[in-house]
Amino acid sequence: MSQNPTTAVSPVAVTTPVTVTKLPNGLTVIIKPTHVAPVATFWVFYQVGSRNEFTGHTGISHWVEHMMFKGTPLFGKGELDRLVARQGGVFNAFTSQDLTTYFTTLPADRIDLALRVEADRMVHALFDTAEVESERTVIISEREGNENYPQFQLSEELLALAFKVHTYHHQVIGWKSDLESMTREDLYQHYRTYYTPRNAVAVLVGDVDGSVTLARIEELYGAIPAGPDVPAVHSTEPPQVGRRQVYLEGPGGADYLEMAFHVPQASHPDYFPLVVLDTVLNGAQPMSFFSGGGPSNRSARLYRALVETELAAEVDTSMEATTDPFLYSFTVTAREERSLDEVEAALWVEIERIQQEPITSQELARAIRQSQAEFAYATESVSDQAFWLGYSQVVLGDHRWMEGFLEKLAQVTQADVQRVAQTYLTRRNCTVGCYTATDKAAIDQAEEDEEEHE
Amino acid sequence: MIAEKQLSFPGPETITRRVLDNGIIVLARQNPASPSVVVRGLLHVGANDDPADKPGLASFTTEALDRGTTSRSFSEINEAVEAVGASFGIGSGRHTASFGTKSLVDDLDLVLDITADVLRNPTFPSQEIEKLRGQLITMLQERENNTRAVAEDFFRELAYPNHPYGRPADGTLESVRAITRDDIEMFYRQTFSPVRGAATPMLVSIVGAIEPEAAIARIDKYFGSWNTQRDIPRQHQAELPPLQPITEIRRRSRTMPGKSQSDIVVGCHGIKRNDPDYLAASMANMILGVLGLMGRLGHNVRDEKGLAYYAASRLEARLGEGPWVAYAGVNPKNVNLAVDSILEEFRRMGDEPVTEQELSDAKAYLTGSMPLSLETNEGVAQTLLDLELYQLGLDYLQRYPDLVRAITAGEIQTVSQKYLHTDAYALSVAGPE
Repeated sequence: MSQNPTTAVSPVAVTTPVTVTKLPNGLTVIIKPTHVAPVATFWVFYQVGSRNEFTGHTGISHWVEHMMFKGTPLFGKGELDRLVARQGGVFNAFTSQDLTTYFTTLPADRIDLALRVEADRMVHALFDTAEVESERTVIISEREGNENYPQFQLSEELLALAFKVHTYHHQVIGWKSDLESMTREDLYQHYRTYYTPRNAVAVLVGDVDGSVTLARIEELYGAIPAGPDVPAVHSTEPPQVGRRQVYLEGPGGADYLEMAFHVPQASHPDYFPLVVLDTVLNGAQPMSFFSGGGPSNRSARLYRALVETELAAEVDTSMEATTDPFLYSFTVTAREERSLDEVEAALWVEIERIQQEPITSQELARAIRQSQAEFAYATESVSDQAFWLGYSQVVLGDHRWMEGFLEKLAQVTQADVQRVAQTYLTRRNCTVGCYTATDKAAIDQAEEDEEEHE
Repeated sequence: MIAEKQLSFPGPETITRRVLDNGIIVLARQNPASPSVVVRGLLHVGANDDPADKPGLASFTTEALDRGTTSRSFSEINEAVEAVGASFGIGSGRHTASFGTKSLVDDLDLVLDITADVLRNPTFPSQEIEKLRGQLITMLQERENNTRAVAEDFFRELAYPNHPYGRPADGTLESVRAITRDDIEMFYRQTFSPVRGAATPMLVSIVGAIEPEAAIARIDKYFGSWNTQRDIPRQHQAELPPLQPITEIRRRSRTMPGKSQSDIVVGCHGIKRNDPDYLAASMANMILGVLGLMGRLGHNVRDEKGLAYYAASRLEARLGEGPWVAYAGVNPKNVNLAVDSILEEFRRMGDEPVTEQELSDAKAYLTGSMPLSLETNEGVAQTLLDLELYQLGLDYLQRYPDLVRAITAGEIQTVSQKYLHTDAYALSVAGPE
């Protein structure tokens, strides 16, 4: 995942306010009726992700997510997908560093199915041993698919180098040897520990009656035991005291540079100045997952400095809203004949410029305006609204965090942006990854391909 | 209850359709609950128009349109659109070039003005063409190292020899290096036009926070005076050559050292979107490799055998007979097993009728998923374009549930036999040894 946050405040009057209820067993329930379209979406977030995993068990949260589609005594394997599809619904899940979430979007009059399915698999997922073994190969295959991309390999190495103490050290997919060795009992234990009402947030947005829906959720989830205390993550990454660098070589069509800086978590006051900094450097990031597309970044500083100058084919940044301090990173695809040293030097010119001179008031105003538009687009689908409500609650502990996003952004000053650039974008706090393609010459060897007709 | 809901789907009562004086067809629908406006459009020019020795020319030309106009530079265009958080995009397909914008309603004039400028007055500045060329070359080099992209390209070459569909739409490293600025300008002048011969005219849909008559007036203001007849003669879009049927098994593979996974594409020729077989074929495809977790292919290859993270199918039924394929990413040692499993599912689709449950599931999904696909302005705008492009009729969405419900297991079996062959197909594989 890579996204900036937004809120779930709709611009139109057809929306009623958000209600938040904590059931006696600890389940947080967020409901937002909205009557724009005859659809509804239901999400259950669990506060568990790769951040909660330790050596030997990396990738376990993501694997548990896969097992949640393998059936319960009530809904056999494949039945879940089948029933939701039959109702014309969309049904999926994803795992990040900080959370795992399951979502179903349906015509509003059929949303009860989603409520029943999630209540059932919060407790009764089977984790059949044969299914665990079959899924092991599926997940290893998913990892091998990722490994085919140089960018995945580079970011995996860079993460491992940037975090030596904190569990953000590894990718969500996990290390291969852990995927080969984890057992059914490991997975089931993880499920029992984290898939509990006290560690979950349920969100419903759509064309429903709020109080009827809440009563139904209480009926389905109220009797589920609260579950054990969730193990805390105590590790803190010590301050970085010097540049770290990793070099990779392998097949690839281009050379890639990734450069990352430790930055604070989303709850830190510097988070918003960093979002503005990122918007000035690379444009506003899309806040909507479900309406497709996103803004271009071709008037932003980095595009001008790297792509317009013909050093790079592409430049991108990532500034995620995370639970613990994470990374602000730059990734660049170098153009043929250009070296990663040249690319890195050009990046530093831009970093030093934003440290030495404040951004202009026009740039600040533009960053706010771009974010306002992204924010408005993200209020158009129920799925986006529900995602951000749940995300705020799980990562920030406050579903209103997104609601206040634009307001917080508007308080950022030119001096704040300069200060965070000086504080975090330092050479001492920098981790650099270089991927050099070894076989660019092999491209023209198509005649060696095997071909037969029979 | 159901009838009431169907009426809320876009239909003749709520879609406003207008033909402008220069032939452009505009479709508008208001969404009062939205703060934004989405515009989608297409022109009949694409990779099928590429000269055989210059694959990628249509794509290069389309990408170059916004690199400068008679009144704006590339950076002025970017600056203007991005300053207000709007988006503007343009892309090239095989039959059509498409464009789209999204903006808050107050910025609609700005994005339409720029879109019209880019389509009507591009200047293709040499310096910008060279910058773009470098980006395209890097993209092609990345494609050459992407197992999935290589498998897809090989499949097309095998399945569509001597046909525009067999050529890479984005061109080759060789062709993109060789295309000149003059090639681009000439191609633009010959092909970009609101009306091109027998093809449907340029289409525009506009959906969101604007009343339909006002929306149409806006499109007319920016595109209504675009007349190209008096300029140099436009070439009509060439008819596609007839397809040569695949009559044997064709295989092609590439070894890509250092990769972890092999990508497979296997399949046959499919059908056009407006073919009478379309709904039956579409339903067959859903059952084969889409529905639930990737249909029968997902069940067999992923769930039962644990061979792949993904194994799914795709029916590309648009203006021509696009491919109908299965595709999968598997460990290299499992390639043969996965291909056998896929072919076994092709065979079953033709040998046996689908089960009553599968048929009923597919129908329920196709009819039930309409509200979701029409939730956003983007979804509605794309649907309106499709209705017009494939001549489905403005009441199609309202007729659709009945059309779907009428499909039988026999029809699904018949189309599967007709198109999914297990003794005549193309198979491509790209991955490590």
